[in-house]
Amino acid sequence: MASADSETGRGTPEAIPQAVKIIVAGGFGAGKTTLVASVSEITPLSTEEVMTEASYGVDDLGGVESKSTTTVALDFGRITINDDIVLYLFGTPGQDRFWFMWDELAAGALGAVVLADTRRLDTCFHAVDFFERQGLPFVVAVNRFDGSEPYEAAEVREALDIPAAVPVVMADARDRDSCRDVLVELVTHVIRSRSPAMTG
Amino acid sequence: MNPWDRPGTAWAGAAEAAGGAAREHPAPFRRRGGGHPSSEGPAAGLARGDGPSEPLVRPYTLTRGRTRPRSAGPALDMITIVVAAGDREEHHLEPEYKEILRLCHRPISVAEVSARLDMPLTVVKVLLGDLVAEGDVRTRAAVPVTRLPEKKVLQAVLDGIRRL
Repeated sequence: MASADSETGRGTPEAIPQAVKIIVAGGFGAGKTTLVASVSEITPLSTEEVMTEASYGVDDLGGVESKSTTTVALDFGRITINDDIVLYLFGTPGQDRFWFMWDELAAGALGAVVLADTRRLDTCFHAVDFFERQGLPFVVAVNRFDGSEPYEAAEVREALDIPAAVPVVMADARDRDSCRDVLVELVTHVIRSRSPAMTG
Repeated sequence: MNPWDRPGTAWAGAAEAAGGAAREHPAPFRRRGGGHPSSEGPAAGLARGDGPSEPLVRPYTLTRGRTRPRSAGPALDMITIVVAAGDREEHHLEPEYKEILRLCHRPISVAEVSARLDMPLTVVKVLLGDLVAEGDVRTRAAVPVTRLPEKKVLQAVLDGIRRL
């Protein structure tokens, strides 16, 4: 049972939908927000997390006047699946040094898309490594940029050392159909990886 | 490197490098509402807009220093869906609570409340936690972190995406 309460009736004002999320990761400028915008039903929103020592176990900032804080912006979009399910797409902060946000982002996620920029493939090593360690299913989408070398998916797979079970697909983050195909690939992969009979 | 080892130096670099994804300064933000929550400012009829004369309020001022929701309540994460309880009688609430309640007229995620009110997630979680504890807002938790989404949910998501 995934329901946290009994409010699952459809069509009533009291029905509270269930939310699920997919993470869109990749290096700074890899096209994460572009992908989110291509499929989101709303203009992508930006939320902020304020990071302070509070995030490391302090419950009360009373009397704390000038501890260092920083603000990490997270862009996200929304796709209403049906009356009972809403899908959120969250872009990861572009900089590796905001790794501390990733745990919360990845917690409870269905899976992740790693957007690879072939001009700077190294920028998505971190994301690949993170999701592998988390055991979170992911696909690699190679974003086609104007002026980028026309790499084959197989070359990217080899360069990033992606296991055979992980799909690597070509994509255009600006194109809605292309982004839809990437998400279909991901969720299909998630379902496949959940099915014991298919796990290799 | 743990950036907290060098407060005041590491973050300046991070903010620069992030090219706008982060800000160097300690995150004051512009409230859209009236005065300080503990002031005698207008409790009703909030001024709207982002005029430059509005006060900058450090985020945790709104929560009176609290950085975590009340421990008794349900865990709120970014995608917890919240909705205003429809059967509540009118009662006094601070302006920021009222703004949240207005947004929760329809089911909405914690992240959306945060984005639309331009309030940090951490702050929204604390304030929403208060509203939940008071019975003003109901939640439906996201699929618990420790539990994988059900197969039928995954299938519904797949079908939904295919229709895009």
